[in-house]
Amino acid sequence: MSKSSNNRYNGDDIWKNNTEKINSELFTLTYGSIVSQLCRDFNHNYHEVNNQLDKMGYNIGLRLIEEFLAKTGVGRCSTFKETVEVISKLGFKIFLNITPQIENWSSDNKSCSLILPDPNPLTEFVELPNLKDAEILKELWYSQILCGVLRGALQMVQLDVDVNFVKDTLRGDDKTEIRLKLNKFLKDEVPAGED
Amino acid sequence: MSNNDNDIILASATSLSTLTINDISKDGFGYNPSVGPQSNNITQETSNYLLSKRTTSITSPNSIYDKSIINKKTNEISLSSLSFLFCEIVNWCHKSSKGIQDLETRLNGLGYTVGQKYIELIKLREGFKTNKREIKIIEMLQFIHGIFWKSIFGKTANELEQSQDVSNEYMIIDNSPLMSKFISIPKEYGELNCSAFIAGIIEGALDSSGFFANVTAHSMAIPGFPLRTVFLIKFDESLSIRESLRR
Repeated sequence: MSKSSNNRYNGDDIWKNNTEKINSELFTLTYGSIVSQLCRDFNHNYHEVNNQLDKMGYNIGLRLIEEFLAKTGVGRCSTFKETVEVISKLGFKIFLNITPQIENWSSDNKSCSLILPDPNPLTEFVELPNLKDAEILKELWYSQILCGVLRGALQMVQLDVDVNFVKDTLRGDDKTEIRLKLNKFLKDEVPAGED
Repeated sequence: MSNNDNDIILASATSLSTLTINDISKDGFGYNPSVGPQSNNITQETSNYLLSKRTTSITSPNSIYDKSIINKKTNEISLSSLSFLFCEIVNWCHKSSKGIQDLETRLNGLGYTVGQKYIELIKLREGFKTNKREIKIIEMLQFIHGIFWKSIFGKTANELEQSQDVSNEYMIIDNSPLMSKFISIPKEYGELNCSAFIAGIIEGALDSSGFFANVTAHSMAIPGFPLRTVFLIKFDESLSIRESLRR
């Protein structure tokens, strides 16, 4: 990676000067409260919970991209590789103040992994109650909302991308890994809202 | 080893007075007073016995409880992220609610769990500095209005008032509550105030500290502050009795 591209995607300035900030713990606890509420609302059917979190994230992503483009002013990326770099160094940086690592590119450069730092703003203070409910470890993707956000935001820039978790330290894995897979470039059209 | 691995260690005699120097427990393990300290010598047999006992670890070094919450620098994230999330939360609560009242109750309930956890965190962290525990209503309210508000929302609340007409009623007033900053309420939801979530946080914090109260949020706009919100705190009757005893 050349040095110039490093500077180009440096979100530090935007983060420092152009972002209204709040205590991340309020965010962490607020997210925790809605996840546990969803678990109760869906009667501990964790597949449904994952789905709902993903939908919520998708709705967020559709609107978040606007603020992202306004703040960063990045133009169209020429390759998916560039896109993912922008997501990590600008997107995650200015919204969550973390910079996930990009790893594990497939040979066709269409899929890769984002490794989230541990703990991240969603999972701080979080421990899944695995003793009472063994299924939760196998089924719940606690931070699934992030996948929805990425999917929604990327769709708004004409990229159809599959986003899902493959590993989560909350489940006892060695790292927290989101897998992105580019399906196709979309034609210009307004996506239908999803509630 | 034999099948008595999991059995408790039995004394070799029915009572201490009947022990003799020849009494050695079945496992060769355990203190024999008539032999004295020698009976505690570690032999091949006794150490085998100890080593083969199966145990389960009840603390794991990676548990979140082992991490320091005091020395840690608090992280910051973008206010937009919280606003986006909160918007979806309101959306979800709205979908499953039966009306404005119900929606506010749900938001209040979600905030409640946040308040319970946050007061614990903030007490551990800031309790060192104030070096005391609030036992009077006024002191507790000042703590909520000041230190608590500041650490959670980045600023203290604007006003703290006591009701002239009703005893046990207090008000914390915030001119621009953080959570509703980017929310505009449609006309048909005139009464709704999404700061019910914050009211829940206050209620959770007060209840966990033993100050049982009901907290509700009410919009009271004044010129210049369209989002100004009054958090009405109504303490339980039992508190006035407690308060009078501590005078």
